[in-house]
Amino acid sequence: MDSPPFILLQAITKKFPGVLANDQVNLEILRGEVHALLGENGAGKSTLMKILYGFYRADSGEIFQNGRPIQIRSPHDARKFRIGMVFQDFIQIPALTVAENIALFLPNLPFLLARANLFRRIDEISKRYNLTVDPAAQLGQLSIGERQKVELLKLILADAQVLIFDEPTRSLAPHEIEGLFRVFANLRRDGYALIFITHKLQEVLVSADRITVMRRGRIVETLPKNEATAEKLISLMFGEKEVDSSPPRKEFLGEKNPPALELRQISTRGEGLKTALQNINLTISPGEIVGVAGVSGNGQKELGDLILGLEPCSAGQKFLFGQDATSWPVSRVRGQGVAFIPEDPLQMAAFPWLTVQENMAVGHISRYSRQKGLAIDWEAVRGDLNRSLMRLGFQIPSLFAPVGVLSGGNVQRVILAQETAHDPRLIVAFYPTRGLDVRSAAAAREILVSFRNSGSGVLLISEDLDELFALSDRLAVFFRGRIAGVFTPEETTVREVGFLMTGSKGAGTS
Amino acid sequence: MNSSSGGLRSLKKEKFAGVIRVFGLFLLALAAFALVLLIFGKNPIRAYLDIFGSTLSSGYGLSETLVKMIPLILTAVAVAVPSRIWLINVGGEGQLYLGALFATWGALTFSSLPAWLLLPLISVLGFLGGGLWGGLCGYLRARGWVSETISTLLLNYVAILLVSFFVFGPWKDTESANYPQTPEFSEAAVLPAFFGTRVHVGLVLALAALALFFFILSRTRWGLEMRAIGVNSEAARRSGIPIGRYMVILMFIGGGLAGLAGMGEVSAIQGRLRPSLSPGFGFTGFLISWMAGGNPLGILAAAFLLSVVTAGGDILQMTQAIPGAVVNILMALILFVILARRSGKGAAK
Repeated sequence: MDSPPFILLQAITKKFPGVLANDQVNLEILRGEVHALLGENGAGKSTLMKILYGFYRADSGEIFQNGRPIQIRSPHDARKFRIGMVFQDFIQIPALTVAENIALFLPNLPFLLARANLFRRIDEISKRYNLTVDPAAQLGQLSIGERQKVELLKLILADAQVLIFDEPTRSLAPHEIEGLFRVFANLRRDGYALIFITHKLQEVLVSADRITVMRRGRIVETLPKNEATAEKLISLMFGEKEVDSSPPRKEFLGEKNPPALELRQISTRGEGLKTALQNINLTISPGEIVGVAGVSGNGQKELGDLILGLEPCSAGQKFLFGQDATSWPVSRVRGQGVAFIPEDPLQMAAFPWLTVQENMAVGHISRYSRQKGLAIDWEAVRGDLNRSLMRLGFQIPSLFAPVGVLSGGNVQRVILAQETAHDPRLIVAFYPTRGLDVRSAAAAREILVSFRNSGSGVLLISEDLDELFALSDRLAVFFRGRIAGVFTPEETTVREVGFLMTGSKGAGTS
Repeated sequence: MNSSSGGLRSLKKEKFAGVIRVFGLFLLALAAFALVLLIFGKNPIRAYLDIFGSTLSSGYGLSETLVKMIPLILTAVAVAVPSRIWLINVGGEGQLYLGALFATWGALTFSSLPAWLLLPLISVLGFLGGGLWGGLCGYLRARGWVSETISTLLLNYVAILLVSFFVFGPWKDTESANYPQTPEFSEAAVLPAFFGTRVHVGLVLALAALALFFFILSRTRWGLEMRAIGVNSEAARRSGIPIGRYMVILMFIGGGLAGLAGMGEVSAIQGRLRPSLSPGFGFTGFLISWMAGGNPLGILAAAFLLSVVTAGGDILQMTQAIPGAVVNILMALILFVILARRSGKGAAK
């Protein structure tokens, strides 16, 4: 190659206590390419990109821009070198407008905001790249997809040339993903360098020019688009092991009485930022997986809290296993064998400074208390946890490590193992495979199906429509706190559900 | 022991670090206080020699230091227990007064009982008095009505006035002229002391409370649940831990321990109830608990140091001719050091 690559990472090495996150990594990023960074959890993709963005500093190795070595000590430095990153959780201020959010991010923000000028620039760029948002809209009112557009506008207006996306499709509906990839194509045409971190194979194959696969902190290979196939990428990601992605299913056992969960005409108040549930009727029979599709923030969280007993209902009744559970406290609901895998395990289920085994003990404390609570049977805790982990085929570095130091994927594994350890009769699972690599996700799906097959009820809340269609016996679509439709997967299509869950029913094309 | 958990192991490792931390904070505050003394035109080295010399170089000085440590340890644990679930108990002083009030009622009403019956009785009453005072605040917080920081702080004044009401009014000793104080306790209501000093059985109670606190926290179901609430209350709620109940109970226990300190003061030290029952033990206990970061050995170390300082105030007044209240400046400096450290830490996150 004659001219040096736009960005060159050379021999980057980064150690965390006990983990070699990046091991002598070399990576070239070119102008005008969409470069996918593919790998299972903990492969080191995010770490590498956070080094490039100045969030972490590499222990050794160098970064070059156009052949010149550069020092990136902070995100501020990275922005100086025209490197920008779109995070999974955007850093935005909901109470301000789109334009104000963008203005705040710009370097040399003038003392007096030239509003008209800013609007004009936003308008110009959003037209050029298909990133249409209303600059005067309040950010808090926008959907996740639109907020992502704002984030991208911010970077482009701040003159970033390297755009890093950390799992950008995670919370998008199918037609929004298509839209994002069109934006990628436009940006590539204008010479931007795009890097996107993901573990979804299909998206990589559709959108990327070059694909770099990472495994255990190292780069396995970089493939141009025309050489990549799904099988090849999977074998690169996991070594030579086979991955079975479709769990075996038994026939739906048919309705047995009483249902695991029955919601009759339930409504909630939706105080503060919560979404009010309106007139929800939902039944989960034993041996049935009911999927809930919806863009997050349309009442899924409230539905989960309602089942758990945290959210009081203003009208209607809730039955668990045939008993009226409308006013049961959380401990009683839990005690009946209701497992709960929340959407944000680190916030809602994990105790970061307690060890893995202590987390397990807290979750089932009555079971492990000895001498009326004076002692805890750690042998039993570890035994049960190991058995459950084994059943799922998960491995955790140590049961004595604080959960807070584990990677996101491992936290999810711990929660899954903990919650399914004692054969729950009803599982409420929010995005159970989020953050998991292909193989762990398959294991998580398998365990849900196997509980279903042995007669547990499962409520599966997900944004991954493929997953919902593959697993659910019935599918309920949530939109703004209401059920917008209930189908069996055979009756409907991914596209139709995608439109229902974004409230754009009837629109022919996006 | 292989049956102990990893978190427990790290708790043990921290033990010593807690003591170092306490001494570090203390030295920092001493250095700042030296400046204050210099401004007053006093020689700080001379003053410190006076304080430490008088308290540590003689048997009597040491024993008096121990005497002061008793209520300080108890009021510190009273703060440390609820602080595990992030409840801020600023009401140690009031709880101490209420404990003293309840214990006095027992001592005066059942004065004819033998010591082996009366002492446990007034101990239970002291615990109950402080406990109810603290538990009330825990209940208000659990219902989401009033922040425990506010209610415990304000109830301090109520408790002190309540004690005044009884000693100036219904319980006033007719024989001690116009002194506002109750009659002297019967022999049976006085906690026994050791070896002719004023160090009383309360020391055993205080150390036992400290040890029990550590044991419960690290070994038992309740300790695990408390730590879980402290680490992530949202997740605790979702796994069905009754957080509200813990708020009431921990505030009750915390208040009870402070009440026990009050009982010790009236029974062993004063022998009767007076309005000037405590020179601010409850507040100093608060300081100790936060100095030690809830660490048990740290509490012991901090209680020792602050007990020296409290005793040192009187010494300074005599030898350096500066008001005894200057030690309050030292206490305030310690508080500032702690606060600066905490907010510095928070900003670094």
